[in-house]
This record gives sequence, structure tokens and C-alpha cells, in this order.
Amino acid sequence: MIDFFARLWAMIIKEALQLRRDRLTFAMMFIVPIVQLVLFGFAINADPKGLPTAVLVSEHSELSRSLVSAIGNTGYFTVTKEAATEAEADALLQRGDVQFVITIPADLTKKLIRGEAPQIAVEADATDPATTGPAMNAVTQAVNQTLARELKGPLASQRPKDAPVEIVLHKRYNPEGITRYNIVPGLLGVILTMTMVMMTALAVTRERERGTMENLLAMPVKPIEVMAGKIAPYVLIGAVQVTVIITAARILFGVPFVGSVGLFAVATLLFITINLAIGFAFSTLAQNQLQAMQMSIFFLLPSILLSGFAFPFRGMPGWAQAIGEAIPATHFLRIVRGLMLKGATAAQMSEELAVLALMLVIVVAVAISRYRVTLD
Amino acid sequence: MTTPAIDVKGLVKRYGTRTVVDHVDLRIMPGRVCGFLGPNGSGKTTTLRMICGLLTPDGGDGTCLGHDIISERDKVKAQAGYMTQRFGLYEDLTIRQNLEFVGRIYRLKNLREVVDRSLERLGLASRQNQLTGALSGGWKQRLALAACVLHEPKLLLLDEPTAGVDPKARRAFWDEIHALASQGITVLVSTHYMDEAERCHEIAYIAYGKLMARGTAQEIIQASGLSALVATGPGADRLAPDLRDAPGVTAAAAFGTKLHVCGPDREALWRAVAPFRDRGIQWEEAQPTLEDVFIHLMGQATDNMLEAA
Repeated sequence: MIDFFARLWAMIIKEALQLRRDRLTFAMMFIVPIVQLVLFGFAINADPKGLPTAVLVSEHSELSRSLVSAIGNTGYFTVTKEAATEAEADALLQRGDVQFVITIPADLTKKLIRGEAPQIAVEADATDPATTGPAMNAVTQAVNQTLARELKGPLASQRPKDAPVEIVLHKRYNPEGITRYNIVPGLLGVILTMTMVMMTALAVTRERERGTMENLLAMPVKPIEVMAGKIAPYVLIGAVQVTVIITAARILFGVPFVGSVGLFAVATLLFITINLAIGFAFSTLAQNQLQAMQMSIFFLLPSILLSGFAFPFRGMPGWAQAIGEAIPATHFLRIVRGLMLKGATAAQMSEELAVLALMLVIVVAVAISRYRVTLD
Repeated sequence: MTTPAIDVKGLVKRYGTRTVVDHVDLRIMPGRVCGFLGPNGSGKTTTLRMICGLLTPDGGDGTCLGHDIISERDKVKAQAGYMTQRFGLYEDLTIRQNLEFVGRIYRLKNLREVVDRSLERLGLASRQNQLTGALSGGWKQRLALAACVLHEPKLLLLDEPTAGVDPKARRAFWDEIHALASQGITVLVSTHYMDEAERCHEIAYIAYGKLMARGTAQEIIQASGLSALVATGPGADRLAPDLRDAPGVTAAAAFGTKLHVCGPDREALWRAVAPFRDRGIQWEEAQPTLEDVFIHLMGQATDNMLEAA
């Protein structure tokens, strides 16, 4: 046992010294998270507002003006063009100059008076559904509210009727729907997956490529000692990365943290270790650093796409969710979102934590069984 | 009776259908320096790796320092030192850090003093904080050797330790090997250099995976049954191309202005050189060199291979 720790310590010192000398990698590990945080935090918005809109108003009345301004007031639309003809409006949409065309017909008031339910057309460039979705929902509400207010006197009978049931919408945990609140915890998972897997995968294959592995194998050092020694320094680096991201997220974006910090630390250490062990397992398969890099990227993609970071997890088909469930980042994301935004308790997170622990056991077992004490 | 430092029998290693090491027996007594020779790709490295537990043999067994080379790998590794053909220390660590790492892995007591002493002996004490990658080839080899013997092994396995090293550094390296041997360490060292082979107590020659000759340099030369002739005189050295393919000649090579010819049969050799006996060239019988023997053995091994194929 003493031998074990002594040799483990020897490995850790060596790795730490090598790491310290590798300035570029060292810098990358701190610059990458900050840059990503800033990019994702400032650039990504799943609820875009102020989209360019053209209006084609054929009836110039008080009502039509009210409607246009009400639609503008939703915040989703900014009237940038006023089209004179349908053809012109079409061309604007086609060229991509505007995202929406709102058409108010010439006989709006007349039809209202006759009770013929005139049509207000909202055409959207829906090539990217995510852009248009929230805006389209806002239109109906704005129009109904305007009509309720504007239709007076003889037209009062045309007001939209009260719904038989009032629906109370309550957006909890992130009431303003701020995308950053969701992105930052997710980013934590992605950045850790990216750096941790790649770092260990490279650290071991580098030994093989530089010919130092043969020398290492000729010495009485056991696989678990090599693995633990390679992983340990990076656990520390991962922990520092997480601290940096969380601190920056609080200062820059005011992302809340309502849950238990201790629980968060446990989950994060678990997740970091899993990723390091995966990297180690990759390195036992890869022949050189290039292959190790490719494997890491191959693993990173589903961690971004299927974990619930890039797209809503529940929106994926069953098979994709199944793959997602097998990815550590998926579970880590749920834990971190649960802890940071929802203040989840240990009991509530126990299932996700257990899945992560199980993953760690499996990955370590695979990595150890794949590591060769010989050159065979 | 003393236990041999290395005692392996029938070692076989195959890669796919290719047999790289073919039933090699090797027994080396403690304190001996044994040269391991053979052409490139003859299985020297593979054999060394099997002996020190880096490769699992496909056949055969044996002991190294009294420990089974397959089941007691860890014990072998703890008591033997293996110097890889390619520099195996970390170029991005300093000289001292490398030695300290090795020392820690072997759990050495008084690490500081051990490393200090080793640096002193190497003459690298003043450069101990330089990066290892900055050392020249010769220094790297000496450092690698120092790292190998840091834990005071009883057996050293050196894989072409002096390849690409200048003569002075080679001389220093071999002095070090002999100093170690005088302390009772057994050394098995692979090499391509004949002068190094002659500095060994004994030699093992392997070609195409088969052990072809074993013994001291003198024994191997005698056992080969080769004869050799040396020609001196004007233009003697230029006869090599004419004689190389003559019947009864295995090798003809110029050494300065002299020509050295050898073949398995003395009579046949004289017949072969008969056409070149006049022209003022003198022919004399000489002792075949180790190189003659090895070239001859290599030819034999190739013939065996062709027959087998």
C-alpha cells in the first residue's frame, strides 16, 4: 500500500512538472473556458427579440395603427420596412431583408363592422424555427389585447371573448427566460468534457509517441498507478476551470447559484474524473496523438448535441434520448442546472449522481483492463 | 552452484505469421558482459524485451535473476535495468527531475543523495537543472544508463546503447559497463559494432530470429571453421569486386590498401585467388575476424530461410 502511494506520488510529480512546462496547453486550459463562456454567454439567445419586420398596411385607420404598434410593443418585431405592394413584401422576405411580413387588409374596419372576421396575415421566414417560434406566439396575444381595447361602441360586440378558463403561466426557476442561465451550466459540462478527455488522451499517447512508454513499462509501476498519477493533476486543473467559469458567470452574467455548493463540488469532481478516465481509455486504443485527438472530438460531438446542451433533451426522439442518457454530460447538466437554478437537494439528485458513479466504475474498469503492462 | 543471471529456453515470438524470435536459448552467468549481435530486424530487441518482461513469449520459458520471466515479471523489473534503444527519459524534465522520477518509482531511500551521487559520477552535477532534451546524443545515452543503474540492478539489458554516439563517448560508455560488471552486475548488450563485441566477455549472435553462435570471440571464430587470406601489394584493395562472387569466397573486403578474403574451405579459397597471385600481390593466411564470421553466419541464415520457404 505504501508502495502504491509512493509510486503514485512519483507519477503525479512527474505529470505536474511536465504540465507546468507545457505553457501553451496550460494557457489553453484557462483561456478556452473564458472565451467560450463569453462567446456563448453574450452571443447565444434562444429568445431573439427585435426581428426586422415589414408591414403592408392597406388601410390607414386608427385601428391599423394601433395594431402595428401593439405588435411592435411585444418586443419581438422592429418595423424596418413599409411595403407598398404584396410583391414588394414578398421580395423583402425572399431576400432575407426582413424576418416577418405583417399584412393588414384594406377592408379591415369594414369587415369588422359587418362581423366578417377579417384576416391579419403574419408571414414568417421560418427557415430557422427557433427564431420565429416565440415571436409568432406573441402576435396573437398582442392582436387580441389591442382589439379588446380599441373596439368600442358598436364594435364592442366584436371584441374577443374571454376564454372560459383562465390559464396562469408561471415560468419558474428562470422567470425571464434568460438563455444564459441555461447555457452557463451546460457550458460547464461541455468545457470539462472537451479539455479533460483530450488532456489525458494526449498525455498517455504522448508517452507512446515519444518512446518513453517502453521505459515506463520496464519499471515496476502498475497500471492503476500510472492512470491515477496521470489523472490526479488534471482533477485539480478541472476544479480550477470550474471555479473560473462559475465566478465569471456570476460576475459577467449574474447567473444565480441557489443550491448546495458542497453537492456541486461532489458532482463536479465525479464528472471530471469520469472524463479523465474516458480520456485514459481512449489513449489505450489510440496509436498516436492524432488518433487520440480524433477520438476526443468524436466523443465531444454527442456530448454537445445530445446532452441537452445545444437542443432540448425532451425534444429528441427516443433513440437519441437513449444515446443521450449514456453520455456523462447529460447527467452532469441535469445536476448542475438543478443545483444552480432550482436549488435541488441531494436526495433529488441522487439518481443522477448514482448514474455518474456507475459510469465512473465502468470506464475505469475498461481503461484498466485495456492498459497493457507489456508491449504485446 | 550459482544461478545464471539469465536462463531462457526455446523463446519464441511471432507477429502474425512472421516468427521474429525462433527458439532462442540463452544462459548468462552472473558478472559476465555478453554482447548480443545480429543484423537489423534479427530479433535482438524482441528477445531483450521478453527477458525483461516487456513482451510475453509465444513459446518457451525461463528465469531472469531466478525469477520466472512470465509469472514473476514485477520481481524481474524491480531487479533488472533495461535501457531502451530509443531515448526513454522525459526531454521536458530536467536531468535531475528525470533521475528523481526513476528513483521514486523504485522507492529508493535517501533519494537526494542517490541522485547527487549519480549526477556526480556522470559529471552532470553542474547541468542538473537543464532540460534533458538539450543534451547531446552521447550524454543522453550516459544519462539513460545512469537512470537504469540508479536502483542498483543485478542485471542490465542494454539495447544498442551506443548507436549514433561518437567514439570518445562510446569508449566512456564501455568503461562504465566494465566498471559495473566488476561490481558483479551481469550485462547483456546488443550492438552492431565489432570493436564493442570484442570488449564483451562472450557473444551471442542471432540472425533472422535464430541463435547462430555463442561463446567468446575466439571460440566463435574457431567454431566457424573459416579461413582467411590477406593480400598486399599494388592494387590489392581493388580486387574485392572480382573476388566477392568467386566460388569458395564468402566475403572479400578492402581494409586500407589490403584485401581481406575469407571462405569456409581453405583449399577452395586458395583456388579462388589463384588468378590474382601474380602481379606482385602477396597472399598470406590470416585469422578470420569476427566480422567475417558474422557475415558468413548471416549468409547461412539466409540460406536456411530460403530452404524453409
